[in-house]
Amino acid sequence: MKILVCISNVPDTTTKVKFIDDFKKLDITGIQWVINPWDELSLTRALELKDDTSNNIQSVTVAHVGLVGAEPTIRKALAIGADDAIRVNAEPADAWLVASQLANVLKGESYDLIFCGIESSDFNGSSVGGMLAELLNYPSVSSVSNVKLENGQAVITREIDGGKEIVTVPVPVVAIVQKGIAKEPRIAAMRGIMMARTKLLKVIEPVAVDSLTEVVNYEMPKPRAACKFVDPENPGQLVELLQNEAKII
Amino acid sequence: MENRKVLKSGEFLVDEVQANDIFIPEQFDEEQKMISQTIQDFLDAELYPNLEQIDSPDINLMKSTLKKAGELGLMGISIPEEYGGFGQSFVTQMLAAEKIGAGHSFSVAFMAHTGIGTLPIMYYGNEDQRQQYVTRLASGDFIGAYCLTEPGAGSDANSGKTTAVLSEDGKYYILNGQKMWITNAGFADTQVVFAKIGGDRVLSALIVEKTFPGVVINPDEHKMGIKGSSTAQIFYNDVKVPVENLLGKRGEGFRIALNILHMGRIKLGANVLGAAKKSIVDSVKYANERKQFNTLISTFGSIKHKLAEQVIKTFALESAVYRLSKDIDNQIEVNKASGMDKGKASIEGISHYAVEAAILKVYGSEVLDYVVDEGVQIHGGMGYSAEMVIERAYRDSRINRIFEGTNEINRLLVVDTSMKRAMKGDFDLFGKANELAANLESVSDNKKQDESYFEEKLRAIKNFKNLILIVIQGVSKHFDKKLLLEQEIMNNLADMIIETYIAESIALRIQKMEMINGIDPSGLYRSMLDVFVYDAADNIRKPAADALNSFATSNVQSTYKKVVETLTNVTGINVKEARRKIADKLIEDNCYKF
Repeated sequence: MKILVCISNVPDTTTKVKFIDDFKKLDITGIQWVINPWDELSLTRALELKDDTSNNIQSVTVAHVGLVGAEPTIRKALAIGADDAIRVNAEPADAWLVASQLANVLKGESYDLIFCGIESSDFNGSSVGGMLAELLNYPSVSSVSNVKLENGQAVITREIDGGKEIVTVPVPVVAIVQKGIAKEPRIAAMRGIMMARTKLLKVIEPVAVDSLTEVVNYEMPKPRAACKFVDPENPGQLVELLQNEAKII
Repeated sequence: MENRKVLKSGEFLVDEVQANDIFIPEQFDEEQKMISQTIQDFLDAELYPNLEQIDSPDINLMKSTLKKAGELGLMGISIPEEYGGFGQSFVTQMLAAEKIGAGHSFSVAFMAHTGIGTLPIMYYGNEDQRQQYVTRLASGDFIGAYCLTEPGAGSDANSGKTTAVLSEDGKYYILNGQKMWITNAGFADTQVVFAKIGGDRVLSALIVEKTFPGVVINPDEHKMGIKGSSTAQIFYNDVKVPVENLLGKRGEGFRIALNILHMGRIKLGANVLGAAKKSIVDSVKYANERKQFNTLISTFGSIKHKLAEQVIKTFALESAVYRLSKDIDNQIEVNKASGMDKGKASIEGISHYAVEAAILKVYGSEVLDYVVDEGVQIHGGMGYSAEMVIERAYRDSRINRIFEGTNEINRLLVVDTSMKRAMKGDFDLFGKANELAANLESVSDNKKQDESYFEEKLRAIKNFKNLILIVIQGVSKHFDKKLLLEQEIMNNLADMIIETYIAESIALRIQKMEMINGIDPSGLYRSMLDVFVYDAADNIRKPAADALNSFATSNVQSTYKKVVETLTNVTGINVKEARRKIADKLIEDNCYKF
């Protein structure tokens, strides 16, 4: 059995977001790039499954759609423990493009379990996993918080309103994963870091796919206004503020 | 960089180093950054959530956290692959030490283990000793300690009273004595113990296992800071140490001890760098949250001044840390090429830079004390509360000026070693000093018209060096062999040398950054250099005058005064605006990103 983990390359969560080109483009100056947190947890779970020899996992591969600048992030995934990696050499312009490129990579390959993070922490599109499954005509399960393997099938726990749902799905399957799939992301050990440079990172040229979205512009959230304190002796002022300033009553 | 010039220790005093000849942190490669991130992830996941408990103290938790670091391979970074390590360069070792340095008491336990606990055996052990001990220390199966200090032998390490006597059958040394302030004592499996064999006047080093009968470990000491690290006295009562556990040659202990301390000092310079960065982050985060007079305190000039100074000193320290680390790597390569084995090549490469090691130790520990002290001040009353991490950082910092050789001993070393190495012929210090002294009346600041930004800064630094040479010449001539007894003057000289080495390091780094990335349009880094050199001139002027006035007769005093003024004359800059620029970047990032 083989596992594929799809990873995005996203700005570190402490990044101060700035836009350039008339608010049409993210300013990437000085940004530290990391593996999308959901993808990193997926990778951790994939490696846990591989560690359990009874699952008989042959390999864990990571796949990424992006330019060469993303390779440190891919090598980090190799250092954490992925066996090999694929990079489709294309700007990840939107979910459709990314899903199409990934689908092209997967055609003719025999991955049984495909992990996608439920969203990426940069643009939070939440679309790639579902699109990928449809393009491949694979089943997909979303909001996944646990994956086990039993008798060659995936036993998947998904979070639903007020509880959990456990489903059994034949492989191949796309698991669209949310936090909870692994406790903490696995830390790259020294041995893994040393081995990462010798592992295969295959670069594939993209197929022609139209990007379906165009960014009109970005907006920054309005800065939070200062807190106003109302004297408890003066409830009238509170009502007045809620009615005329906050306009919520 | 293959053809870069490798300088002797202290030679920077008489040489003009080029920006291309130094390594800067902006040159870290992908793998080094990954190792750095792994340590950060480890601290975030395994240490910070448990810091309170570790410092309670809980030595079992400390031990298990050390073991987890071992599982990640972090204890093998400095160890060659044939002994189970990862054979990393000295630069990478220092980067790892920097990251670990933000780990409070854990950092002390980790560094004692990987440094003074493990490396004496790696550097001086024979093949059997390395296979038996280093492999297990590198994996974390064993934890190591280093036992030099005794109740009556601190800075004067050679005066120890611990003895070892060869047994009648010649199979053992019978070890008796007492050691104190031993880091990791409570749980270390191996101890490198310094003792005098037979009636020797000099020390030897022995590898002692905790389980050897007669090893008695006292309960842990109660300390001001680094409370989670185990520190105790160890007693040796007729401990039978197999003769094969003699480390190096009989009588080689003092040399081992000193060389290992050089290594410890350099790594301490990296540790305090990591700790300083962390405290800066804690400081700015608080300043960006705390409001007084309805305004964030980070907008106040007084607070900006403190934040900027924290950054400038830390950035300068960082420049020197990695400049020296790469110099050491180069020297290690030279040593290997001459046929030395890896262990010997490493320790000889490190000891080669004894002057710079002492500089980093003194400057780094004092920068950290500055950073945590102002960190507490920025926190105001909350900084005095044990709830705040800055309070812990303040207490934990203080030991750095004491251990690995007090800063007083290290200041003496900076001067004494520079002069001894020059006398040995490593570089021409006295020739240049005499030449300058013979022409005191015509000393000039050598200002040229139309000099570039960096030419001007490097000229100022060269003037500082010339002033150091003039002071060395003056005090050497006057006090001759008794100079070493004039510790106040030695301290004056040490302060000048330290300030100059650091100033040169930050100047060359920023010059090299511009060579790689082009001129920074924000002027941020040039502002740092402006402030540093401007302040350095003042910091050098005073000790120079103090040293010269300690012997100068009235007829030369005015000449010296003019010389000091000329050679510390730097361009005036608007330090207030320069500091605000640096502080504003820190405040905006809410994080140390320089």
